Amino acid sequence: MKNIAVVEKGWIGGGNTGRNTTIIRSNYLWDASAGLYDHALKIWEGLSQELNYNVMFSQRGVMNLAHNLQDVRDLKRRTHANRLNGIDAVYLSTEEVKKFCPIINTSQDIRYPVLGGTLQRRAGTARHDAVAWGYARGADEMGVDIIQNCEVKGIKRNGDTVEGLETTKGFIKTKKIGVVAAGHSSVIANMAGIRLPLESKPLQALVSEPVKPIIDTVVMSNAVHAYVSQSDKGELVIGAGTDDYVSYTQKGSHQIVEGTLNAILELYPIFSRMRMLRQWGGIVDICPDASPILSKTSIKGLYFNCGWGTGGFKATPGSGDLFAHTIANDEPHKLNAAFNLNRFVSGDLVDEHGAAAVAH
Amino acid sequence: MFVINCPYCGERDQQEFKAGGEAHIERPKQPTELSDDEWAEYLFMRKNIKGIQYERWNHAHGCRKWFNIVRDTSNDEIKAIYKMGEKPPSI
Repeated sequence: MKNIAVVEKGWIGGGNTGRNTTIIRSNYLWDASAGLYDHALKIWEGLSQELNYNVMFSQRGVMNLAHNLQDVRDLKRRTHANRLNGIDAVYLSTEEVKKFCPIINTSQDIRYPVLGGTLQRRAGTARHDAVAWGYARGADEMGVDIIQNCEVKGIKRNGDTVEGLETTKGFIKTKKIGVVAAGHSSVIANMAGIRLPLESKPLQALVSEPVKPIIDTVVMSNAVHAYVSQSDKGELVIGAGTDDYVSYTQKGSHQIVEGTLNAILELYPIFSRMRMLRQWGGIVDICPDASPILSKTSIKGLYFNCGWGTGGFKATPGSGDLFAHTIANDEPHKLNAAFNLNRFVSGDLVDEHGAAAVAH
Repeated sequence: MFVINCPYCGERDQQEFKAGGEAHIERPKQPTELSDDEWAEYLFMRKNIKGIQYERWNHAHGCRKWFNIVRDTSNDEIKAIYKMGEKPPSI
């Protein structure tokens, strides 16, 4: 396929690409997920060279903390599952957690004491805007038309086949449409007359004022819902949770941020006088099994890449690669075959709520 | 965050409530006769509307009663609130 256009309502990188907390990891539980996310991680490892654009991929490691006995069991199980799938993972004791990230409060008399954790050393962060710019430049050089400030208003169908896109800049005739619209996936699906198993909810994040280097890894804590890393500018990057109601407002509730900051302060008392600079929300499309959809649909020529929920950034290169394969061949690649829409009919779900980090 | 006027308790912060998702999804009357496709529609497929949505809420930290809200999901503005079993207002 050579004649390709990207139609973007706003501007490239202006959506969730520029709103996420930039964490990259592949320590998911099930075989299908391990294949998908580690495919992406392997591409990340050579992406700056491939794009000739520094995406500032930094394999600083990602820790996931355990705060109760069930966490310990789940995280140990996930560590074993990861290693069986060839993904690097180790289980750390409380002392090893403290050694790897000395600013964590590992005292056993806090409300949710740290009982251990996992570490994926190949995991880390990347500069999210650079990823969008690098890919945009690469695609542009290969002849892809990137049409910004152009909103899709409708999908033209002839029976069960797509014929083209109605946009604010006119009609585009095409036999194939790949939809990658994150929180607005259901809106586009409605244009084509199909329904998806998605709910769109606000997810919030915030950054602090910039300070000297203090935390050189990423620490995620599912049970108390706090995760933190430090950007190259020196800001603490903190991820909060989702609200439980459907909303497209790109802003969430105050108590969600308050809950996250409570947990951050308990785990990192050193941050008690940090001031937060910015807070924002993004709309995430959440699937019932916390796994994405990379799939054909009942309409010929219409493909969806959605349902990444709270954690799509980490999969960017793999998701693009496999979605391109699916569109070009009209068949999924073996790595994304399990992530089809039909799994909600067959019941063959890929339940990754445990590894998704943001509880929902 | 917004304020919800519980039909039983009056105005309270949204924090006291639990969202229950899309309203008026009727449980199949004859479940044994449903195909897998129809089950998938009932269990998983959602309208997920950007705009006027009919939804269920529960006053979880109050009277614990369920009721319905009509809300514009593009700006969180509540258009109507009505009790379970009442006819949905047309907005």
